[in-house]
Amino acid sequence: MSRLEARPEPSRVMMLASPLIAALAMLLTGSILFLLLGQDPVHAFFVYFIKPLGTAYGVGELLLKATPLILCGVGLALAFRANVQNIGADGQLTMGAIGGASVALAFPDVQAGWLLPLMLLAGMVAGMAWAAIPALLRTRFHTNEILVSLMLVYVAYLFLSYLVHGPLRDPDGFNFPQSKMFQEAALLPLLHDGLRTNAGFVLALLAVAGAWFFCRRSFAGFRMQVSGMAPAAAAYAGYSEPRNVWLAFLASGALAGLAGVGEVAGPIGQLQPSVSPGYGFTAIIVAYVGRLHPVGVLLASLLMSLLYIGGESVQMEMQLPTAITGVFQGLLLFYLLAADLFIRYRFKPRRPAGAPVAPASGNSPAAGAAAS
Amino acid sequence: MAEHEGLPIEPRLRLLGISKAYPSVVASDKVDLTVMPGEIHAVLGENGAGKSTLMKIIYGVTRPDRGQILWEGRQVEIASPLAARRLGIGMVFQHFSLFETLTVAENICLALDGNEPPAALAPRIRSVSAAYGLPVDPDRLVYSMSVGERQRVEIVRCLLQSPRLLIMDEPTSVLTPQAVLTLFESLRRLAAEGCSILYISHKLDEIRALCDRATVLRSGRVTGTANPREESERSLAEMMIGRELPECRLGPCKAGAPRLTLDGLSLATADPFGTKLHDLRLQVRAGEIVGIAGISGNGQQELLRALSGEIRTGAKGTLQLMGQDVGHLDAAARRKLGLGFVPEERLGRGAVPDLSLADNALLTGYGAGMVARGLIRFNRVRDFAREVIARFQVRCSGERAVAGSLSGGNLQKFIVGRETLLQPQVLVVAQPTWGVDIGASMLIRQALIDLRDQGVAVLVLSEELDELFMISDRLVVLAGGRLSPAVPTQNTTIDQIGIWMSGNFAPLAPADSTALAPA
Amino acid sequence: MSLDWLIPFVASTAAAATPLIFASLGELVAEKSGVLNLGVEGMMLVGAVTGFAVTLATGHVALGLFAAMAAAMGSSLIFAFLVLTLQTNQVATGLALTLFGVGLSAFAGRGLVGQTIEPLGHIAIPGLSSLPFFGPLLFQFDPMVYLAIAAVLAVGWVLARTRLGLVVRAVGESPHSAHAIGYPVIGLRYAAVLFGGGLAGLAGAYLCLALTPMWVEGMTAGRGWIAVAQVVFATWKPRGILLGAYLFGGVTVLQFHGQGMGLDIPSEFLSMLPYLATIIVLVLISRNPRTILLNKPMSLGQSFRADA
Repeated sequence: MSRLEARPEPSRVMMLASPLIAALAMLLTGSILFLLLGQDPVHAFFVYFIKPLGTAYGVGELLLKATPLILCGVGLALAFRANVQNIGADGQLTMGAIGGASVALAFPDVQAGWLLPLMLLAGMVAGMAWAAIPALLRTRFHTNEILVSLMLVYVAYLFLSYLVHGPLRDPDGFNFPQSKMFQEAALLPLLHDGLRTNAGFVLALLAVAGAWFFCRRSFAGFRMQVSGMAPAAAAYAGYSEPRNVWLAFLASGALAGLAGVGEVAGPIGQLQPSVSPGYGFTAIIVAYVGRLHPVGVLLASLLMSLLYIGGESVQMEMQLPTAITGVFQGLLLFYLLAADLFIRYRFKPRRPAGAPVAPASGNSPAAGAAAS
Repeated sequence: MAEHEGLPIEPRLRLLGISKAYPSVVASDKVDLTVMPGEIHAVLGENGAGKSTLMKIIYGVTRPDRGQILWEGRQVEIASPLAARRLGIGMVFQHFSLFETLTVAENICLALDGNEPPAALAPRIRSVSAAYGLPVDPDRLVYSMSVGERQRVEIVRCLLQSPRLLIMDEPTSVLTPQAVLTLFESLRRLAAEGCSILYISHKLDEIRALCDRATVLRSGRVTGTANPREESERSLAEMMIGRELPECRLGPCKAGAPRLTLDGLSLATADPFGTKLHDLRLQVRAGEIVGIAGISGNGQQELLRALSGEIRTGAKGTLQLMGQDVGHLDAAARRKLGLGFVPEERLGRGAVPDLSLADNALLTGYGAGMVARGLIRFNRVRDFAREVIARFQVRCSGERAVAGSLSGGNLQKFIVGRETLLQPQVLVVAQPTWGVDIGASMLIRQALIDLRDQGVAVLVLSEELDELFMISDRLVVLAGGRLSPAVPTQNTTIDQIGIWMSGNFAPLAPADSTALAPA
Repeated sequence: MSLDWLIPFVASTAAAATPLIFASLGELVAEKSGVLNLGVEGMMLVGAVTGFAVTLATGHVALGLFAAMAAAMGSSLIFAFLVLTLQTNQVATGLALTLFGVGLSAFAGRGLVGQTIEPLGHIAIPGLSSLPFFGPLLFQFDPMVYLAIAAVLAVGWVLARTRLGLVVRAVGESPHSAHAIGYPVIGLRYAAVLFGGGLAGLAGAYLCLALTPMWVEGMTAGRGWIAVAQVVFATWKPRGILLGAYLFGGVTVLQFHGQGMGLDIPSEFLSMLPYLATIIVLVLISRNPRTILLNKPMSLGQSFRADA
């Protein structure tokens, strides 16, 4: 790319603009896709993006679907900032669901108020425990955490399958692979009549606030950030890399686990063979599109949630496949990565021939490895 | 053009009006350069003057914005290193372009444009390297070789292509003083055969010993050309920086109690490319500066890591700070005890490039009241950063400027300033003025001396012997993972240190009057 | 104990190992040149769905295989453009490729679920296949099994013995040095990534044209990731991939032959074995940092930008 040159400083404007540019590019590609499917793009867009938000119920669905994305996304943003690549959030989410469900199923007749908090706690602990494995293997045995955390996702899926086909299967459930439905006291309270949005959304907002505070004001957050940006500098300054890795994994594991128990104690209401349509993976996109910032994650989660809901909406109305959502999400991440190029580089400004250029003083900023 | 037996001789290389600008700096500004056949031509300038950029243009790595290049009388465009090699230009880089996990023969094979396999090249490698006094073994893996040996591979690689112009970019920073003399012999032999040599350096004494002509660069412009042997160091310095080379004044040493003690420190390394440390013994006392000389690859990295706490050493009693055993403590704990450290690498280690100067002040300043109950006290951080910037004359747009936007000299001033103002008891500094312009270099050296006068124990590792002779009270040499005895600076010479740098720690020999004296 | 189960076991193992070999080999070449492509899973799915669709439409498995390679190469081209020309982060872009490939293959394959095709047939190597016992055991696989082994040997030979292999290795060790000498670093990396894409597509197509002849969303079930892991514990040497793939193939088919071998464990736990085995082998290899340091291409995962 000979027409590009490095910027002296990363562009703050582009840091905010690139997610928007990426979203726009995705929408443009989307309209081409709709055209190819023989649909009127404008109508398809309306059904996809606008219509679902037209009713209160639709907004409720948006917030409901956004809840696990926000929780996982905030956790992953924390981890990625510290250069801890936790790709196994969906597995931690699954284990969290199992943990919370186990508590509910262990006390089927309890109606007291301590049940739900205990379930949430169990879900978080289960997620943390599952995330502790890649943390341990990285800090003790230098093992790449991407592959380990990912392998554990499949193990978690299989474990869930085993449980709902076997030990946790509802004896009165006609042999269907699912657990008993949870009782009222084991479900998250709804926020508003008629909407499925539940208290999980409030927890998600608290997570955003907590993460923001942690990143901005706490020294531990600063240490994690330095650890991710320049590991050699973190070591030089005396920050403990193992401590940062553990913190990143445990935090993101706990939040993913919370998302998991939120699903089974929320819209699903029981344990099923699958408790997540890939939230843990979508959360990766959410984290990047949200620029690894808690508030950005919140906004990106809402956008992603809209992509999910919209997919269902066009499926019902226009018989378009729901798999379109996956394509959109992948495209969004591609475009974001491409747009990020312009944070560090810009097109070479045309210099008129013969115009005087200011000479370098002894202390002028260096351009990489240029002057010597 | 020179005259020889009545016939005008075409210059081998002429640069006319070469200019090159990057987004934030002009690297070359209408540079003219003329190199005759068989001439050893110096390109002299301090760090940041634009020497490397010019060489990259000649070797085809970069294209100039404006100007002409004439090769043996014809105008040429040098579009790539391959094109440069076809013309007959060879380059030995300052930071080598070798492949560590391959053998010498494989490395050379890759650089040559023919189709000979590495095995067929081996005999040629042996004969050429022996002929010029630069022996290398074709079958050795590069990672097992010292930096000086690697440089020989780079040179032999160029020689195998029968170059007509050889560019050497700061070649002596990786050589002992004795090895420098050997290199000069090889270069003179080469020049006598008609090869032109472009010798890039900022070391006045070397250029006066070796080169026939010098072109002096300052801030990207040519400030003069001269015959170095007819000029004094003063006049060359005048051309290079506009004034005399400044010197630091080192007052008498009032050393106190030992603050940093190495007592039999040994360290094995897991890194296959690393150097083991053997039985190091050294004391650094309050109020003195001890300089450790040595070229990279002799254990500096390992020693610095062992001192800073990034590697813990096992045996008790081998490393003591302020009288306490610290081998088992991590970097944060040692900072708490009063250790300050300025690392070799600025960006990425001493400072985080994408964070502001304020954040970078917090990087190591967390023990000085900038963190309370786990939360950052932004006011304290900002005030401290501002103080560093003011006291150390860091040219930047304020404490919110991003570290990566500062020049090398300014960033180094910031880092040294930060560590100094954190009031350490012991300060370890690695390569304090590497790649730093002369003004910042002098400020940094003076800051170290001031610190020493305040009673701090200062340990400096540097490849620049002149610098160490300028600011150290005592000198030691690190060679092959071992430390020489420590000797007061006034009792030794560069030549003696040079002998020690080759690993031979024989007792002090009387100074050799023909050797290069300290500047 | 009767050995009736041995022949089908070996046959299944070879078949299960083959896609791992192709995918891993392709990734190894990309990584040798310094590029970490985590999109193998996505590329395999793209190859699988394309191969299945084309075979269904034309009735020729060979056409399906070629189409699969082309499609996967196309998807790897997107990745290559982003990381090599636009300098994006290799890990994030690889993940994006996987997510995109998963979504795209699900989208494109929605009409293919439930369809059947004539799978790739087995060939009997003349002469050798009539040997008693060893004949049916080793010499009656489908042609791709043999092709995979040949590919490993070929790639190994090229990397170790030819100038091209030397240059690729050099680019992976130090792209800046290679560039300074004048080699086209970016061009070579493009070629390596595309090669990896082609083989990943082949691997995916093999899954749904020979191993389990059908299309199901996400049918690779993590094999692409196991292939990436395999490059690590083969310490970037092609022979190691052969060994690792057959080991994993064996572990994978245990879940089907478990009952026959007399194992009484719930099937889900047997299915977990390949993933757990991957983790264990990774730990064993990574434990000693020296092993990785000496074998991993030094510039792996880092962006390379030539000086303007």
